[in-house]
This record gives sequence, C-alpha cells and structure tokens, in this order.
Amino acid sequence: MSWFKRTKQSLRKTPKKTVPDGLWRKCDYCSEILYAKELEKKLWTCSKCGYHFLISTEQYIDIICDSGSFQEMHRGLRSGDPLGFKDLKRYGDRLKEYSKKTGKEEAVVTGFAKIGGRDVVLAVLDFSFMGGSMGSVVGEKVSRVIEDATEHRRPLIIVSRSGGARMQESIFSLMQMAKTSAMLAKMSDERVPYISILTNPTTGGVTASFASLGDVIIAEPKALIGFAGPRVIQQTIRQDLPEGFQRSEFLLEHGMIDMVVPRGNLRRTLEQLLEFLAAGLASTAAEAMKDEEQSPAVS
Amino acid sequence: MDDRNRTGNPGTPSRQYLDFEKPIFDLEAKIAELKQVASVQNISVDEEVQRLNEKAKKLRHEIYSKLTAWQQVQLARHPMRPYTLDYIKEMSSEFVELHGDRAFADDPAVVGGFLMVDDKRVMVIGHQKGRNTKENLYRNFGMPHPEGYRKALRLMKLAEKFRIPVVTLIDTPGAYPGIGAEERGQFEAIARNLREMSRLMVPILSIVIGEGGSGGALALGVGDRILMLEHAIYSVISPEGCAAILWKDQEKVKDAAEALKLTSKHLQDLGIIDRVISEPGGGAHRDPKAMAAELRRIIYEELNYLAHLDPETLIERRRKKYQAIGFYKEDSP
Ligand SMILES: [Zn+2]
Repeated sequence: MSWFKRTKQSLRKTPKKTVPDGLWRKCDYCSEILYAKELEKKLWTCSKCGYHFLISTEQYIDIICDSGSFQEMHRGLRSGDPLGFKDLKRYGDRLKEYSKKTGKEEAVVTGFAKIGGRDVVLAVLDFSFMGGSMGSVVGEKVSRVIEDATEHRRPLIIVSRSGGARMQESIFSLMQMAKTSAMLAKMSDERVPYISILTNPTTGGVTASFASLGDVIIAEPKALIGFAGPRVIQQTIRQDLPEGFQRSEFLLEHGMIDMVVPRGNLRRTLEQLLEFLAAGLASTAAEAMKDEEQSPAVS
Repeated sequence: MDDRNRTGNPGTPSRQYLDFEKPIFDLEAKIAELKQVASVQNISVDEEVQRLNEKAKKLRHEIYSKLTAWQQVQLARHPMRPYTLDYIKEMSSEFVELHGDRAFADDPAVVGGFLMVDDKRVMVIGHQKGRNTKENLYRNFGMPHPEGYRKALRLMKLAEKFRIPVVTLIDTPGAYPGIGAEERGQFEAIARNLREMSRLMVPILSIVIGEGGSGGALALGVGDRILMLEHAIYSVISPEGCAAILWKDQEKVKDAAEALKLTSKHLQDLGIIDRVISEPGGGAHRDPKAMAAELRRIIYEELNYLAHLDPETLIERRRKKYQAIGFYKEDSP
C-alpha cells in the first residue's frame, strides 16, 4: 500500500535504520514513531497526540459503515478537459497519471451503505486523487448522491478531505460549488438530513460549499479546515498565525462546527445522530407520499 | 503594477493608462493639441481632426479586437474602471444604501441597497473597490470579509420578503485571506449564500462588471441569469495564484490567464455566461456614462423578462441551470 511508503523519509531521522520499511510510521503532528500494527488497531490515530492520519476511502468506509454494507453507485464518470488546460503538464495527462497511480476514476467515491442497520447515502472524497479537488466529476457525483438521498429519503453523509476547487477546470469547478449547494437546498427543503464530516485537510471550494452545509457538522481532531490555505494567509498578512489556527478545535471554539469526534467514536456518534435526524424519515418517497395521503384531512 | 503608467500628477487617476492603451492615448493627445492650436490661431483643422479620429477608431479596433487574456485581466482591473457605486450613481438618483450584517460588522467591501431603475424597484448588491489608497484601505480592495456575504444575504432576504428582484454586481479579487475572515467562518458564509441564493423566491440577475475572483465572487453570483461585461473576467483562481501553484513561477501569469479561459468570450462559448454586454470602444472606463446607460437598459430588459416567471418556476429553473453545469465523460452502463 502506497500509504505506508511515506515512512521511508521519517525513518531517516531515527536511529533504528534496520527496521523494515512499513513497520513504523512517524506522526505528522508530534513526530512520535508509531508501530504500524498498533496504529492500525487505533484506526490510524497517534497514540501519543491523537493526530488522525489521512487514510484511504476504503479504510474510511470500513470505519463508519456496517461491515460489507457499502454498495458503490455512479461509477464510470471521468473528467473531461473542458478548457484544454495545460500548465507544465496537460490536464488530460495528469488525470491519466492519477488514475493509474490510485486505481481510482476520480476524487470521490459514492454509494449506498448502512450505519447501525440504517440505510444511508454516502460520499467520501479521495485525497489521493489530485488532492481530493472538486472538478465537474466530483460536483456531479456529489449532486447525484444528494438526489439519491432526496429521492430515497435516506440520510446523506459526506466525508470531506480536499484541497478545494480544481484549478484546471476553472469556471466549471467554481460552478460545482453553486451546483452542489443548490442541490442541498432542495434536499433540505424536503427535510432529508445531512451530516458533514470534515477530515484533514478540508479547504477551499469544498469548505465553501457542501462541506459547510451539514445539518450537523463533525470534524476529526486536529484536522486543518478553512477556506484560504494557511500559507496564503501568512503571505497576505505577513505575520505568524496563532497556535492551532484553522484546526478542528479552533473551529469548535469559534462556533463553526458541532463537535470534534475521534475516529474511534465516529460510528457510535453517527448512530446516535441518525436516531434523531432520521427517525421521521419514511423509507421511500412513495411511502412518504402514502403517509401524507393517509393522514386524516382536517377541515 | 508594472504595466501601469501614469502621466501628469500621480494623484489624479484620470490620466492612468495601460501599456497597450498608450498608442491610443498618444493619438488622442495629438488630436486635442491640434484642436487647441486651431482654436487659438482661429484656423480650421476639421479635415485633419476627422482623419485622425478615423485613425484612432481604427487603432482602437485593432488593439481591442485581439487582446490577450492577460490584457483582458488588466482591463478588468483598470484603475479607472467604473465600480459598483459609480454605476449605481449613474443609473439612478434614487438609491438608499443599507448597512450591516446584524451579527458583527458592516463590511465596506460589499455595498447594497434599494435602487430605482426607471420605474422598477430593485435590490442592488455589489462588491466595492476603492479608487485610491485611502479608499482601498477602507474597502479592503473589494475583498469581502464574512460580514460582506452575510450583509448581502440579509439584503437578499429583505428583497425576497418584499418581492423585490435582486441585481448583483460582481467585482472582487476574491475572498480576503485573513485571520479574522477565517475565524468568523468565511467558508460558511459563502456556502450559505450559494445555498440560499439558489432558493431565493425573487429573480436574481448577476452581472460580472470587473473581476470575478473565485468564491468571493460566486458568493454574490448565483442567479437566474449570469451576465458579464465585455472586458470583465471570471475564474476559480487569479492568474497570479494559478501561476504560483501550477507553474511554480509567478512570472507565468500570462500563461495562466490564457489557460484559465477567463474572458467573457470564452465563458460565453463554454455556456456559463448567458449574455455578454458590449463596452464602449476602449473599455467601460473610456465612457462610464455610456456604460452605465447600457447597463441600466439591460438590467431593465432582463428583469422584465424574469418578472414573468412565478417563484416556483424561477427556483426550479435556477437549480436546473446549475445542476446542468459540468463537463465529464460517462461510461454507458
Ligand atoms: Zn502524534
């Protein structure tokens, strides 16, 4: 797994040079050296500081969904290149490279799943594919699961980790922010619940659209969450940023999110929330209509 | 700004021109001089003036018909370009400015209020840049804080309540990357505007009049119709930011501007912009009065058209308009 390869660099600083590659990993946050097996047991969180490592989409789905319940939907969507964009590389070539490297079609995986036996609709952004950036495909797939959730009257859960809008699609990626937000407006009007989970890092156009529009917003501990990146801010204001700036705990303190939940408690928290948010949902739209028809007409 | 030149008193912005505008300025100066000499010496130079005017017209056409993307960016940011309040003042004497987000502050980078456009009551909201250093410090160069978006939304909701259509004028380098802006949740403020604008029960007409800079622009830009002035620009990131990130070289702004397809012509071809509004020869700053008159005429015309749609149809159409935006390939199942 490519995920473990990053240990190489961190091992250079440790005396245990003979440790086989992949057995140990350094915490990105506190630099503690962690035993990989132990790390996995702790759902890839640092036992010393609680930092949550970036994990794959599949790992994330395993952590929050009932075992084997995930059923992928909306496969087969791939980015076009609307602008014929070329920087140092062609956008089309970049897409092919990422697809080959990650085995993914695009930067989001969507589908149906169960959490605590309850049907939900799920989207998980994939940071390994172009930094989880939102272009037309991410916007379209997120919009489609919003439609799915609305139509089937199932709670929507979106796990975000993204560098923001994808520059190579310029106006198209910008407009995906409006598109996904407009779709959420309709879903919200239909009283279908949406839980947004923010993980490290979630920035730019994703935070400034669907990720910030959850009925309930949960963040993983110490996740970087913001609109402008810290480096851009630093360059603009030319001063040091406060300790913990743009981290989950900072957002909680400023009233921007509902809670900071460690990975180990995430499924339990989702089950609890769904108990309240999804209790009034009929299982299908048809059923909902039937319910309405059956309710006695009061004159 | 390297490409910007000034003549005369540097304090008066009325003489500022861009590099590629210089030949036109020189010619116009020559015409003015000729007229001056003629009036003093009481001789007729009509023929010569007419010849030079023709030449100037041709020159303008030549220069402006093949502007590069980067030149368009410079025009969109021209220091003489009319800003939101300039258009508002030109369009009507009946403007009641409203202030504040009712939560934290009044953001001077966003202005708004009731405007009478001929016989139509309108809620106009726009980004506001400053004309000089002092004004720009006050207006934060037209870069909103969260309070700007929240003020805008408050005014839109006010308009909705009293069934008044909304016109937004977009002209911002983008959201302000500062500590306070993040602390007070600019991401949330932008996202909320996108969602609420998509279901606002009155017509929304969005017009990019200058710089359409990313999320800070879009936060006022969700509308039933999206219009753009001929020399305005609209993109997900500034050419400078894009060059720094993708080219890893800030000098590559011209390449980035080209690649981003940010001109009105490109964006109309891509199906994002519904209508491009022609500017006076040489750009809006060469004749702000004429530009404002044209803008007023088009706002009136567009609102007339949107007034025929009932609220439900309006919202349905608006959502579908955005739902359809995207460019991707799909394998047949
Ligand atoms: Zn740690």
